Parts: sequence; C-alpha cells; structure tokens
Amino acid sequence: MKMPRTTLAGLAVAAAAGCAGMSDQEATQRALEVMQASFSERGQAKLDRLNQDEAQKLCSIPPSVVPSKEVTERIEKANLASIRYPADGRLLGDWRQGERIAQSGIGKQFSDDPKVASGANCYACHQLSKAELSFGTIGPSLYNFGKLRGASEPIQRYTYGKVYNSQAFTACSNMPRFGHNGILTEQQIKDVTALLLDPDSPINK
Amino acid sequence: MKPSSIEKLLAAAALAAAALYPAALVHSQSAVDEIAKYRQQLQDGNPAELWEARGEALWKQKRGPKNASLEQCDLGKGAGVVKGAYAELPRHFADADRVMDLETRLVHCMVTLQGFSFADATRRPFGAGTNRSDFEALGAWITAESRGVVMNVALRHEKEKAAYRLGEKMFYFRGGPHDFACATCHSENGKRIRLQDLPNLTEKTGAQLGYTTWPAYRVSQGELRTFQWRLYDCFRQQRFPELKFTSDASIALTEFLAHNANGAPFNAPAIKR
Repeated sequence: MKMPRTTLAGLAVAAAAGCAGMSDQEATQRALEVMQASFSERGQAKLDRLNQDEAQKLCSIPPSVVPSKEVTERIEKANLASIRYPADGRLLGDWRQGERIAQSGIGKQFSDDPKVASGANCYACHQLSKAELSFGTIGPSLYNFGKLRGASEPIQRYTYGKVYNSQAFTACSNMPRFGHNGILTEQQIKDVTALLLDPDSPINK
Repeated sequence: MKPSSIEKLLAAAALAAAALYPAALVHSQSAVDEIAKYRQQLQDGNPAELWEARGEALWKQKRGPKNASLEQCDLGKGAGVVKGAYAELPRHFADADRVMDLETRLVHCMVTLQGFSFADATRRPFGAGTNRSDFEALGAWITAESRGVVMNVALRHEKEKAAYRLGEKMFYFRGGPHDFACATCHSENGKRIRLQDLPNLTEKTGAQLGYTTWPAYRVSQGELRTFQWRLYDCFRQQRFPELKFTSDASIALTEFLAHNANGAPFNAPAIKR
C-alpha cells in the first residue's frame, strides 16, 4: 500500500490555509478563474483546454495525497468504458511505425501544425529499445515488455487499452490518454502496441 | 568577459556536444559522464554577461515619452536599489496593490516612470535573434546583482499568501489533451525527461536548485531566458494555451516556487543546454 508522505507542499498548505482565508475548495475555484484570465488562445490551443474532466479535477493533487479507493474505482471505471477497440479486431500494427511515433514529441502544442500527425513521445518518459539511450525515467522501463508478457489476445487488449486510456487501469497515471483524448489515431495506437509486443520489435530483443 | 572568449567557449561547447554523440553509443553511464563534463565546460564562461551589460545600460538610459531612466524604479528595497532585490521577489507593492515578480515590476516602472503604454512596454517579452527583449537584458543584470544573496521571499501580506496558495493549486492543475500539470514532471526525486534531469519543485532542495538557476543563457537557443519564459515554455509543452506575460497566474506560480527556494543562495544568470 502506498503510504501518505508529508511534503513541503503539504506542510505549506496547512500553514497558509488559515492566513489566506480561503477554503481548499475556494482556492481551487479561484486558481481556475485566475488561470482562465491568464492564458490566451493560440493556434490549436484554445481556452477550453483549461476545462477539466472529472479525472483531471480529481487528479490535481500532490503525489503524496492518495485518492480514496472509491475515487480510484470511479475514475478507472469511467475511463475503461471510454476505450474503443478497432472494429476490424486487429490490435497489432507495424512496430517500425511505432518506433517513429515513440520518438516524436510533436503534436497539440500551440507551436505545432495541427495537420501534422502527433507523436507519442514514449522515450521522453520510458526506456524502450536498448539502442536508444536518450530516454526518460518518469515511467517504468518498457524494455522487453512483450518478451516478458507474450502477445496473447488478453495482453494485446490490455496493451492497446493502456495506450488508449492509461487511467482505465491506473487512476491519476501520469501517462497521457492517447486514444481517449485524440492524440493518436487508431492506426498509430496499433503501431505502438506492435512496438511493445511484436517479437521482432527491438524492444523485445 | 570579451566576446572573443565567448566565441571560443561556444566553439568548445559545440565540440563537446559533437564528442558526446559517439560516446553515447558505447553505454549509458559514459553518456551521462560526458554530459556532466559538457555541462562543466559550459560553466567556465557565460554569454549571459552580454545581456547583463546591455541590461545595465538600459536601466540607466533615458527613454520613453517621459524621457526618464529606470534608476528611480523601486524593486522592493527602495527606489533605485537593485542589489539583492531579486532574492525577495515576488512581493506585494503598496503603490500598485499587487504582488509583482521582476518583469511585472519592470513593466510598472516603464509605464509610470518612462510613460510607455502597457502595450508598448510588453511588445517583446522574449527575444529572437536580432529582435532583442529588453526584459531579458534587464532581467540578466538585475538578477546578477542578487548572485550569492540568500533567497528570502516572505509571505507577509495577505495577497502574498493568497498568491502562494493559488500558485500551489496551479502547480498541481492537470489539464489539456495530455493531462499534464507542472507536477507531472516536477514532483518526484531523481526523474528525468529524455536525458534532462528534472528538479522536484515540491521539496526544498529541488525548488532551490530549480529556481535559483533562472534566468539562464540557453545554449540551444542562443538566448538569455528569464523565469517568465521558463513558465511560458513549460505551459507550451504542457499543451496549454499561451501564458500571458506578467499574468496573475505567472506571478502566483513564481511566488510558490520562489518561496519554496528560500534559504538557498541565488545563483543566476546560469547557463543551460
């Protein structure tokens, strides 16, 4: 079980709460209002990006705050229901395309051309193939992901679903919900799934 | 530092970067070592000094409709006192009844002392090549005058306390198509994005390391960047809309991060990749 930790931020909340005279709920509401007045729309990034869905609202908390079991289950249930599996039933695409998608960090920034396909930027946070040394550590290593799990149908469905909507399986995960939020297309998610599961993919070598 | 030695430094940095790549192919520990070496080489000289020199000249130059310099600008320690001022910002200013960070205060002084309109004063928050930003030059010089001064951002005024609380809320605010918050990358120890180390800004050591090394000369951009830019570009990568220069959200977040850095000596302008 994850134990609640005391952080500087947590202590600061307790210290400042009385002084600044706002309840936690009021502070949340006021912060949103200030943010709405502090950003301008630019390119594809409109102000509606500040409109949070339920998971975003419930997950706007320090990592030291563990959501209740009830909240966790509610988030995971709602997100699981959002996953759309491909109509053709095929979940594995081309791992070579998947590698390109995993390398690319473009997409959805106000500085990006919305006509260009987004990447998933997997390497920003995960180790994948052994050859790519420039990888981040926010997420776990995915080296040998498929080699360790095989590529049975349930594993394929889990992997596709995890990329499509990570919070279906882990409420408040740091990982973007690539299918749910329209970052990647169905074909791109198939390609990333293949990168993770195809025995020929470099991450399973 | 003379420009010629800066050119030598940049050439050395480029060589170090070129040397890095084949080394990185061997194994990751040597890549990390090479990057550490590269960063160390960068510390030998900092082109930020060019911005500092221009900033000092701008501070003293008579400009604007009122043909006045900024020398009577009060950065919080009295009119014209620059030494140590940045280590206590943001703070509440009674004359504007608003919490202000450095850039916001500079805009205030450009408007009140020099007679610029807000629109004219804020036309170029960030420089790009020959289109230089006065804020980056002034920011470099003014912050350099706080180098070695211990960070001491007080939460005395109600508006300072409120800004801190709102900044903290914004730090954890998840939104946009990627669900990112500041906290996504900056709330755990020992994490990195690609090869870039990420300071944990929710703990004292991380907040101190992160906050006290901005502004910074960015080698990859050839520009001196202030803390307003740091927030602006983090939000761009978070897939948020465009953060308005000197907006209340930018000041609240700065209040949160600067206060968390209290107790550490300020150590910028720095130099970063």
